[in-house]
Amino acid sequence: MRKKWKWSNLYLGLLILLMYLPIVIVVVFSFNESRLSASFTGFSLKWYEALAADRDLKEALVNSIILGAASCLLSAVIGTLGAVGMARVKYKSKGMMEYLSTIPIMIPEIILGMVFLVFFSLLNLPFGMTTLILAHTTFCIPYIFMMVKARLVGIDKSLEEAALDLGATPVRAFFDITIPLIAPAILSGSLLAFAMSFDDVVISIFVNGPRLNTLPVKVYAQLKTGVTPEINALCTVILLVIVLVLGISALAGKKTHKSKDGE
Amino acid sequence: MSETLLELRNIKKSFGTTDVLNGIGLSISRGEFITFLGASGCGKTTTLRIIAGLEKPDEGQVLLEGRDVTYLEPHQRDVNTVFQNYALFPHMNVEANVGYGLKIRKVPKEEIKKRVSDMLKLVQLDGYEKRMPSELSGGQKQRVAIARALINSPKLLLLDEPLGALDLKLRRAMQTELKRLQKKLGITFLYITHDQEEAINMSDRIVVMREGKFEQIGTPDEIYNCPKTSYVADFVGNANIIEGIVRQAGEEEILVETEGQIVKAVSDPGVQAGDKISLAVRRENMKVCGDCEEGLEAVLKDKSFQAGQLHMTLNLNSGKEITVSRYGMDAPLSQGQKVRISWEPQHAVPVDIRREA
Amino acid sequence: MEKKRKKKPGLFLTVLPLYVFTICFVVGPLLYMIALSFATNGNGSDTIWRFTLDNYKKIGEPVYLESFVQSFQLAITSTVLIMLMGYPFGYFMAKLSEKGKKRMMLLIMIPFWTSSLIRMYGWIIILQAKGVLNGILMKLGLIQEPLKILYSYPAVVVGMVYALLPFMILSVYSSVEKMDWSLVEAARDLGAGRARAFFDVTLKLTLPGLLTGVILTFIPSMGLFFIADILGGNKIVLVGNVIQDQVTRGSNWPFAAALAVVLMILTSLMIWLYRKITHVKDLEGFF
Repeated sequence: MRKKWKWSNLYLGLLILLMYLPIVIVVVFSFNESRLSASFTGFSLKWYEALAADRDLKEALVNSIILGAASCLLSAVIGTLGAVGMARVKYKSKGMMEYLSTIPIMIPEIILGMVFLVFFSLLNLPFGMTTLILAHTTFCIPYIFMMVKARLVGIDKSLEEAALDLGATPVRAFFDITIPLIAPAILSGSLLAFAMSFDDVVISIFVNGPRLNTLPVKVYAQLKTGVTPEINALCTVILLVIVLVLGISALAGKKTHKSKDGE
Repeated sequence: MSETLLELRNIKKSFGTTDVLNGIGLSISRGEFITFLGASGCGKTTTLRIIAGLEKPDEGQVLLEGRDVTYLEPHQRDVNTVFQNYALFPHMNVEANVGYGLKIRKVPKEEIKKRVSDMLKLVQLDGYEKRMPSELSGGQKQRVAIARALINSPKLLLLDEPLGALDLKLRRAMQTELKRLQKKLGITFLYITHDQEEAINMSDRIVVMREGKFEQIGTPDEIYNCPKTSYVADFVGNANIIEGIVRQAGEEEILVETEGQIVKAVSDPGVQAGDKISLAVRRENMKVCGDCEEGLEAVLKDKSFQAGQLHMTLNLNSGKEITVSRYGMDAPLSQGQKVRISWEPQHAVPVDIRREA
Repeated sequence: MEKKRKKKPGLFLTVLPLYVFTICFVVGPLLYMIALSFATNGNGSDTIWRFTLDNYKKIGEPVYLESFVQSFQLAITSTVLIMLMGYPFGYFMAKLSEKGKKRMMLLIMIPFWTSSLIRMYGWIIILQAKGVLNGILMKLGLIQEPLKILYSYPAVVVGMVYALLPFMILSVYSSVEKMDWSLVEAARDLGAGRARAFFDVTLKLTLPGLLTGVILTFIPSMGLFFIADILGGNKIVLVGNVIQDQVTRGSNWPFAAALAVVLMILTSLMIWLYRKITHVKDLEGFF
């Protein structure tokens, strides 16, 4: 079957190409011998060696992963519980609270960052991982809350009632019926939350404190002072990991699909 | 049919400012097939939800085997429901769906498997254990939903318009099927529908509901042939309602003045001369005649042919619209023709009897 | 109401964390910020709690006013460009086969997961004076002198568009995907031309997605000071840059708070205005 040539596909391809252009450039230059990014002088792996030896960068990476995981987990729990609870409670404050809880994604990040800085110093919280996790959790909650809420709207209320009717306690019904049905939304919300946290500069830069660096903060500092191609190498590694993870999950997805079909 | 299984006592419920149930009371015997019949919004689903425990009444009591269960949670009562839209768990296969109630009661796995398989056989779905709900047809989903409720051997099975989403042919087949299951298992069925045909075909008793009240309770025969109110007559029997005043009340027949004429109707012990009443005459019991001397004068407005029946719309002299049905196509009458409408006295039932104080 | 609450304490517990978090880390800080914006800046980073409107008056100074104007200009330019580029993308993407959609989604998500800063760095390599773009253009003989793109307004726009485009694409995509195509067919059937059907039906029905996209791009573009920083050199000063500067180097927190309050009001106003015009109430599409 020959596909019909479409201009729309050309457009899609072109934009995707543009999206990947800087990434490709970064990957290419991670193998550049020269320190300068002006031109490609020759193939070398020395930046990967440098990366392996760079403790600061590795520490920043680990910090970012911990931060992303912690805030994604916390916000997943709070956001999911909140969305599920909000769908049932009839408090007068409900509408207001729903609006307030989504404020973090309705105002520019810079305001959040600044507000957290002044507020945390008012509370005398020591700046570091705690403040980072608190701040990131706050701006991750709305993503999960809204995604789970949207998913809940699409779920037939009578499903849970059917479980109750068949003898399940409300808690049991929640775990047997509601959770499996909203799991995809929780998962995609969490992934988004992790990505947002992992990539965040604006808020982190305000609340990370003097000693703790996350990867984006570190990269930002380097971009302002002078970049070493180590960063390119790191980006390439991260990209590789992502592609691997996506590849594996896609393969796993295919397999489970096949086994299901086989039955 | 003597032992009382479920008793409703003066149940009231309102949502916001609208009263949904205005103090209803009823007792249901063990093994009975009882149907709540009513138009949408009459409160029948709310009644069912109160019995299931999914809703709490504002006032009144629900007694199951003499025990007050009004404020018990749904999972604490031996009542199961077949939901209108089936409510099959989409992430579980048929076996897990049907076995869910047993799993919660911690029945051993082997036994669950066996009982599910037996139950599926009973609803003629053997071999469907591993199917997902999305892979089933509407009728199959319905059977799974019924199996899932019945496997717990509930004292009372509530069915909320379970056949509403099925096509006519399948619905007829499922009616027979449900009746068969109910007879076989001896479980009390409380069935909700807005379809009078379903109610009449399946029930031992019918409760006609209207605006949060019971309009009439009786056997299908009573409801169909002796409606007490014009609403029941119209809703169940598609009857024409003609208002009039009783001029003479005899042993077997009464004479009623309507449209400036005197017509005959069947006698009712509650009727006296001078009462204002309505006469309910079902469409198929009315005769239309082009050159008769007897009967109410009318003008033929419209004819249409539906489901093997000819429907004629006529206007009485007062302008009141009457519909008459008869089988077959032939009707040597043309639109605008003056005709007369008549009926056998036993087919005109007095309803809505009102006596001037 | 009271009765119900007592009957179901579990339900209250589910929303409790959200309530606590929202009050402690959203409402509290924002109220504090508003209070702070009326306080007086002391020496160093001290704040003296004496009511003043000076912070707001100070915003009227040309330097700061200019930063607001520039921020809005940039945000509007970027958002319009993103809309023009992203809407067709989301639209075409939604018309792909199921497989194509999945692949495209993956392709969009991968860059999303790499650091946006490093991707910005990729643009630096491309745009700089002796960079890839100039190299290619000069080799082709199209230009003699290298173009000075980096550290200019266009470079910042490129960065903004690049960083925020995926949000628009995903919002529009999910909105178009959900749309009932038979409505478009109905419009065509009723005599509307291709373009007419698009403007009368498709665009109207996907407005919620577009709105989500606009909000998800316009709001961040007001605050992404680092893009202006990296790609614009020091030439482009946005409100974000001023706030960051005032908080960190200037240590004038009350003034930074006042700037933030004004920024917040202005962005809310823009969103409100946009909603009024498009008659869209809810954020749809993306979520």
